[in-house]
Parts: sequence; structure tokens; C-alpha cells
Amino acid sequence: MVPLSWYIALSASLFVIGLYGVLSRRNVLIVLMCLELMLSAVNINLVAFSFFLSHLGGQIFAIFVITVTAAEVAVALAIVIAYVRHKGSLKIDEISIMKG
Amino acid sequence: MEQAFFLLFASIAVASACGVVLLKNPVHSAVALIACFIQIAALYILLHSPFLAAVQLFVYVGAIMVLFIFVIMMLEIRQATLERFLPGSKYISLAFSVVLGSAMLWLLFSSPLLSQIPPPTPSATQGSVSELGQALFTQYLLPFEVVSIVLLVALVGAIFMTHKGNG
Repeated sequence: MVPLSWYIALSASLFVIGLYGVLSRRNVLIVLMCLELMLSAVNINLVAFSFFLSHLGGQIFAIFVITVTAAEVAVALAIVIAYVRHKGSLKIDEISIMKG
Repeated sequence: MEQAFFLLFASIAVASACGVVLLKNPVHSAVALIACFIQIAALYILLHSPFLAAVQLFVYVGAIMVLFIFVIMMLEIRQATLERFLPGSKYISLAFSVVLGSAMLWLLFSSPLLSQIPPPTPSATQGSVSELGQALFTQYLLPFEVVSIVLLVALVGAIFMTHKGNG
């Protein structure tokens, strides 16, 4: 039996790695990918607590998180495509004006 | 046995997550992220939630990452990959992440409440798909419907924003 603290430790380390990517990378697509990584790390936490407390709420919340993530990625990639078509740049420090 | 599998999956997951952050080519980052998501799906199976593992594989690996790779290949990325990190903020954000991570791990291992959780008694039906579906369509029906509307709005919004005339 794997102890609960191992799952939470793994989740915390994945979250921190993703956070570092979000804060430091310059390519906006990789920033979005690191955001996905952080959301997945949170999902591990939810599912682990759902298993150890024998309560289904965690799994259901994880399903909702996955669904909202899919929606978020679709909209974010649409924004990126529209922006790149307009300005021709993927650098996140140059995306400071969203007005078309 | 289970612990050995957990350590294997966790180490591959952390290594590929580091790959996502550190690799230069966005396509390589995306492939590393796919590897990480597959390890997380394996961890869900260790946690007796096979439905969530399947959803993780279908949605993340099958839909989201394919979308990412599609967009990476569609856009011209050569100029953006020359510099990996934002100028000036590399070490500050590394220090911030390390401090946050060590604080989280310290809180985790110094907490007395976590070890009081009794080990679960796995029953045959726990986490099964039928139980999950019953909860989803009775107790959690309203959030389920709201999430479907969110997906519809995201669909319409994505089509609207990528439409040629609105660029």
C-alpha cells in the first residue's frame, strides 16, 4: 500500500515544476503546457484523497477539472492563433496589448 | 510491489515534467508532457480509479496534446525558440519555486493529521464506473450540466476567434 503522503509529495513536486515553467519560459505555448501540468498535479491530489477517504467527490471534481481544462486549452490556443496571425510573435513578454 | 510501481511511475513523471520545462524545442516538450500524462494515468489505476485513467488518456493525450502539437506545427516557431527563458527572471522564479516547493513538502511531512487517516478498505465497487456514473447523474447533476454549457461556449468561442474575418 502506497502511503497518502507519497502521492501528495509527487503532486507538490509536479506542481512546483509546472509553476517554474509558467514563471520562466518565454514561449507562450510552453507556458500553456506547464499550466496543464499544474492542473494535472492538482488532479492527482484530488484522486488520492478520494481513494484514501473512500469518497467519490474527489474523482468527480477531477472529472470536472479535466473538462474545464479541455475548454480552457481550446480557447487559449484560439487566442494564440489569432494573436500570432495578427502580430507574428509567440514571446510572452511581447504580449502586453490584447487590443486588435 | 505497489510501492515499486509507484516509484517507477513517479520518477518517470517528474523526469518528463522537468523535460517539459527545460527542453528547447516545443515539440519535444509536448512529447515529454504526453509521457508525463501517461504516467499520471498509471497512477490513477494504482488509486483504483480506472475510469479517470481512461478519461486522462482520452482527453489529455488524445485531444489536448494532439491539439497542442497541431498548433505548434501550424505556427512558425523558429524565432520564438531561440531564447528559452524570459530575460532576467530565470533565477528569481527558480528561487520562488524552490521556496514554495520546500514549504509545501515541509508542511506535508510535519503535519500530524495526515498519518491519522486510516488506510482504505478497498471494496469491489469502490471507484467503479457504475458508482461514479450514479453519483454524477444524481448528486452532481447540476455541475454536470453547467460543465456541458461551458464546453459549448468554449467551442463557439474558439471557432469565432480563429475565424478568418475576425483576426
